[in-house]
Amino acid sequence: MIHSLFLINQAGDIFLEKHWKSVISRSVCDYFFEAKEKAVEPDNVPPVLQTPHHYLISIYRDKLFFLSVIQTEVPPLFVIEFLHRVADTIQDYFGECSESLIKDNVVTVYELLEEMLDNGFPLATESNVLKEMIRPPTILRSVVNTLTGGSNVGDKLPTGQLSSIPWRRAGVKYTNNEAYFDVIEAIDAIVDKSGTTVFAEIQGVIEACVRLTGMPDLTMTFMNPSLLDDVSFHPCVRFKRWESERALSFIPPDGNFTLMNYHVSSQNLVAIPVYVKQNISFFETGPCGRMDITIGPKQTMGKTVEAMMVTIHMPKAVLSANLTATQGNYTYDLANKVLVWDIGKLNPQKLPNLRGSLSLQSGAPKPEDNPSLNIDLKIQQVAISGLKVSRLDMHGEKYKPFKGVKYLTKAGNFQVRT
Amino acid sequence: MDVGFSSLRSEAVGAMRTALVSAENLQLTLKPELSQEEQALTNSKSSIKETHKAGNEDLKEMLESNKESLKLEAMKRVVGLIAKGKNASELFPAVVKNVASKNIELKKLVYVYLVRYAEEQQDLALLSISTFQRALKDPNQFIRGSALRVLSSIRVPIIVPIMMLAIKEAAADLSPYVRKTSAHAIQKLYSLDPDQKEQLIEVIEKLLKDKSTLVAGSVVMAFEEVCPDRIDLIHKNYRKLCNLLVDVEEWGQVVIISMLTRYARTQFTSPWKEGANFDENNAKAFYDSDSEEKKDTTEDKPYIMDPDHRLLLRNTKPLLQSRNTAVVMCVAQLYWHLAPTHEVNTVTKSLVRLLRSHREVQYIVLQNIATMSIQRKGMFEPYMKSFYVRSTDATHIKTLKLEILTNLANEANISTILREFQTYVKSQDKAFAAATIQAIGRCATNITEVTDTCLSGLVLLLSNRDETVVAESVVVIKKLLQTQPTQHSEIIKHMAKLFDNITVSMARASILWLIGEYCDRVPKIAPDVLRKMAKTFTAEEDIVKLQTVNLAAKLYLTNSKQTKLLTQYILNLGKYDQSYDIRDRTRFIRQLIVPNEKSGALNKYARRILLAPKPAPLLESSFKDRDRFQLGTLSHSLNTKAAGYQELSDWPAVAPDQSVRNVEVIEPVQEWAPLVGKTKKAKSADKFYSDDEREKEEEGSESSGSKDSSSSSSSGSSSEESGSESEEESSEESEKTSSDSGKSSSGSEKSSSESESEPKKKKKTKKAPQKKSKPPAAFSDSDENGNGPVAQASSSSAESSSDSETDSEDSDSDPPATPQKKKKDVKSKPKAEVKSKVEVSLLDLVDFSPAPTNAPKSSVISSSLLSDLEGLSLSNVSSTMQVSTPSFSPVKTYELLHHMTGKGLSAKYHFPRQPCLYEPSMVAVQVILTNSSDHSLEEIHIGERSPAGLNIHCFNTIERLEPEASVTVSMGIDFSDSTQAANFQLCTKEEQFKVSIQPAVGELLMPSTMTEPDYSKEQGKLLGMNETSATVTMATANTSSQAISKQVLSVCNVGEVPSSQSNVHRFAGRTVSSGALVLVCLELKESSTALLTINTEKSVMASMLLRDLKQALVQA
Repeated sequence: MIHSLFLINQAGDIFLEKHWKSVISRSVCDYFFEAKEKAVEPDNVPPVLQTPHHYLISIYRDKLFFLSVIQTEVPPLFVIEFLHRVADTIQDYFGECSESLIKDNVVTVYELLEEMLDNGFPLATESNVLKEMIRPPTILRSVVNTLTGGSNVGDKLPTGQLSSIPWRRAGVKYTNNEAYFDVIEAIDAIVDKSGTTVFAEIQGVIEACVRLTGMPDLTMTFMNPSLLDDVSFHPCVRFKRWESERALSFIPPDGNFTLMNYHVSSQNLVAIPVYVKQNISFFETGPCGRMDITIGPKQTMGKTVEAMMVTIHMPKAVLSANLTATQGNYTYDLANKVLVWDIGKLNPQKLPNLRGSLSLQSGAPKPEDNPSLNIDLKIQQVAISGLKVSRLDMHGEKYKPFKGVKYLTKAGNFQVRT
Repeated sequence: MDVGFSSLRSEAVGAMRTALVSAENLQLTLKPELSQEEQALTNSKSSIKETHKAGNEDLKEMLESNKESLKLEAMKRVVGLIAKGKNASELFPAVVKNVASKNIELKKLVYVYLVRYAEEQQDLALLSISTFQRALKDPNQFIRGSALRVLSSIRVPIIVPIMMLAIKEAAADLSPYVRKTSAHAIQKLYSLDPDQKEQLIEVIEKLLKDKSTLVAGSVVMAFEEVCPDRIDLIHKNYRKLCNLLVDVEEWGQVVIISMLTRYARTQFTSPWKEGANFDENNAKAFYDSDSEEKKDTTEDKPYIMDPDHRLLLRNTKPLLQSRNTAVVMCVAQLYWHLAPTHEVNTVTKSLVRLLRSHREVQYIVLQNIATMSIQRKGMFEPYMKSFYVRSTDATHIKTLKLEILTNLANEANISTILREFQTYVKSQDKAFAAATIQAIGRCATNITEVTDTCLSGLVLLLSNRDETVVAESVVVIKKLLQTQPTQHSEIIKHMAKLFDNITVSMARASILWLIGEYCDRVPKIAPDVLRKMAKTFTAEEDIVKLQTVNLAAKLYLTNSKQTKLLTQYILNLGKYDQSYDIRDRTRFIRQLIVPNEKSGALNKYARRILLAPKPAPLLESSFKDRDRFQLGTLSHSLNTKAAGYQELSDWPAVAPDQSVRNVEVIEPVQEWAPLVGKTKKAKSADKFYSDDEREKEEEGSESSGSKDSSSSSSSGSSSEESGSESEEESSEESEKTSSDSGKSSSGSEKSSSESESEPKKKKKTKKAPQKKSKPPAAFSDSDENGNGPVAQASSSSAESSSDSETDSEDSDSDPPATPQKKKKDVKSKPKAEVKSKVEVSLLDLVDFSPAPTNAPKSSVISSSLLSDLEGLSLSNVSSTMQVSTPSFSPVKTYELLHHMTGKGLSAKYHFPRQPCLYEPSMVAVQVILTNSSDHSLEEIHIGERSPAGLNIHCFNTIERLEPEASVTVSMGIDFSDSTQAANFQLCTKEEQFKVSIQPAVGELLMPSTMTEPDYSKEQGKLLGMNETSATVTMATANTSSQAISKQVLSVCNVGEVPSSQSNVHRFAGRTVSSGALVLVCLELKESSTALLTINTEKSVMASMLLRDLKQALVQA
């Protein structure tokens, strides 16, 4: 299936290559570079490319291209999903997925890639399984290894690999047994010029951090499961239990993982936490424009809106911005034409305002379109859909774990058109 | 103490040594490290070469040193070189020497190197082969697996036979992990040497029967690569694959679902209404939102879906909730291609969910939705807003969303969509704005109500400042006007006015064409435009020139008075143009329109040729024809056929034979007859002989018996319980049955997982009635037979009052449990009588059981036989597959006589764990005698035995055993509850061989069923001296209750006692000879330790049993 993998940085240098079948010359990447050149923005590079003898499927993540070479028919999503899994694993191992870190740990990365695929078919992609085979580097371990000549490679078949629960490694032990769940909801919305909501929906995710000894069997129930419209689960969740009782029953993987993703049914009206009053205009005469943006709270469920941030992708003609913000700071990135206004906490008594003038490139035509505003925000301690975890029970182990659920609402793809 | 101390010391020494080594290491590695950095810094070619060479020399030295850490360091750097794509092939000799290293990390790195360079250095690579061959026999499954992985990855044609052998061996390995590796190796070998196809298909066929979820995905992948056309191999495994699907790892799911989609399209009839497959008509019908319901009601033709078809749809549906986008997409395409029309909508929501995922995922999903939305608007219409474009989307995502929105547009939502489009037109991304204009054009043609609105909107766009927008508008307007040119002369005039300001050639050409085509509507403007064009002709693009020539020709024909000179001027210009095309066209036009003596008849028709009414262009989606490819495939994504694409066949008009998917259970009866006869005869015989007696007892205990049986059957219906139950059952079965390949197909149906246990049970219940009809109604016991195992269980429970039947396993006709009761039945009768009679029936059965005779006696026997056989055939798979899931313990077969010492006669034995029918105090042993000599052996029997008092029930003398033939016989040995070996002589006509059978302590037990209170009561009697206990730290894999019972049952033949506490597992058994109770109790403590307690008066046995159990529980 997957023949070879090339890791390419933004500048177009191939800094790692791995072949699972016979070696394919890296010249095959030239087709990709051509497409990359054409696309200008790295985001616009088509994920699937055809070359005379191969097919190239690539993903772009964290400023890196993961380019895989395919020779025969394969579901493209299969490859894309796998490449993302590789990136996830690298992130999981080294904290982030960056060129320098991969170069520093090239042997570990190589060993990982070796385990993840066999003959182009995924072999072990569960982080728990991989970590048993190839231990993630820590400073302590690398010191110990140099002194003792020990290795990072396990010689036993990971227990998870063979059991019916491959996601959990065996023999987990903690002195403090704890299970934390973060219910994070993101509001995706498009608000039009006049302030009416064109489209809004809530996507939620439950991130878990479970450090429990042994083989705990957890059950999570919700106060209002009917809110959940469409769900997708980590493989550990027993689907039948969900179907019959609307309860999440699972033996968790060890460590951090995403328990479920959900979509809040579109019948429910989505509360939009803030409103934006904006006026951006470019004058016909003279190379300048005006901007005036005010943000105020709307439906915040009685909580404070935090970490407010407004990002505006300005038209190419905008040279500079001369603005004053009543709260927070703004920066204007001249190269990318991105204006970022970092507001912070939203104070309902004193609404933040950003106003001033924009200067345009002289001679350039007046921009046709006003830029849209991308809003970021956070509301702690509340899930905007109203979803609530009612209880979490543990079976199979005797100790009492420490349990915690945290709620967070944030803006997902929240766009205000102007 | 001593040991601990010495190990401590050696550790200290080791640490010191390694510290020294690493110090050396530091000095040594300092330099090359630097040079590498330099390399990266300077990046000039020559310096790379030099440092590279120097580095390699250095690496060679390090690799050849005898310090492990140096080697490891060197290998790490070599791998670093490989990763960067640098050539490190000259190190091959130095590296390959380390292939047998003890250091696992070093070894792995060497593997990486080997796989990379073996193809280039084939001769040297051969040096490593023997190491792998050795590793293939390693007791550690991980090492076996990785050895096969590497061996098969070495692409050296000369080792093909070795690989073939290794694959075959690994395919029968006990470890599913190794079998999975062998499935991968199949593909590698196939790509190395396609001539091996036939042999590989055999292995694939074998592995397809494997019911481990670990293997399923990989073997289907191998199937897809090697022999995707051998659909016949799937038939028998179809249901199993469907049932296993949920438990297969996610990547395997994708492969299996894709394969099953293809399979289903060849095997089932279309669930769609006849003739209304996704063609235009159908799509049209879907314009109305309520048409779906209409369709259903009008569908008169009874279509009955094949249950297997339904099974596939039902079992894939939960996977829509997978976190893996590839799985979701795969299920979606399965529904699209296989599900009845009204069910396809189930996938919509999940597909829309995927749009939240990464950019690349969105891209693929949107492509597929685009194709779907052309044929089924209704599917995605409710989610229209999810396809609204955001300014931050990548261009190709935007374009796809636009495509879908256009597809979804209908009379009802067009105004919303157009309003949305208005925003897009103003987008800063001009390519996207242009695409939006195209989309508006498509909406305008598709929905006649809005054509005018769109057109006026587009005309407004003509005054847009951006040229691409204007140009695109012109092109789209041109297309729109063609559809209804009559009332639009105003627009044409407007465009003619704009002409001077438009510089995009495509737009200019479009305007020129429009004016030419409708020159009669703008008679005044047209000649003027031509005049302007004549001035700028030489500076125009080719496409504009061509249209100018066209315009000139058309005007010449309609308005020659005004334009004759202009036309001639332009034609002259064109005649000397640089482009061939223009010159050609000019010449052609001149001949066509200007009459002269040479031009013939064509001239007359010039007007009709040039000004013929032209069909309006169809504005179509670019995804219109994508549905010729299976959704979700690479081919679909690229819209060209990718290499290796498997066409999705059309539904067959008539469904092929459905029965091919049935897994036979009848067939194996014959093959199995001798063995089965033996295992069954206890039951059938005692049933027959004790009928009257039983009946009486039955009457007496009817109330309690029936109650018990009902409770047991209800407890059996909880799937979880029965899942674990069936596993034990089969693990026991596997010991009982000798390997027989004929069985495996039926056996593969048997579930290893919870999810599969249901179908299995259904099968059983289905079969029961069939058997029921066989025994004559007059036979008083027929009712009991009909009820099958349950009834039997209840009857026996009636007999032994202490055994109350609440255990669910009885409802499943668990063979180890039921025969045990038979044994008790037998016990209650006068011994001698039973013995002799049993022997008679034994012979009868061996001879006749396969073909039921007319005699009522044998029919009864065979019917009960069949019902039991089912239990066997279902669970027996493990004997052929050895172990198919980790939960099965291997068949423990022991060697009795090696064929070398036995001069051709070899014997193996195992404990079937059934009650011995000859005498209850005996342990049943099955001996497989094989003649591997070249002559037949005669009169095989048992001779002298020792100790003298040893009570053995011998098998009947085997008159003749042909070469290569084997026969299974059973015997009974009274071990008197000791593990002392039973020695006896195995004799043929000429020879005598001393052999001995030493039983494991666990085999000296018989399972005993009891309730929890009974257990506690009995345990209370066996305290103090009679109690042995130990704390066990269990392997974590063993901590689940299933695993525990599996492990315990693999060690000793005991019965599980249902427990109300989840952390306490109880097992009960009796010793075979004296019937002393043996109670095993495993209490789980924290962190995988457990307290193992054994209560029995046989203290020697207890300690031995404890040791064995401990061992089993500790190992993974």
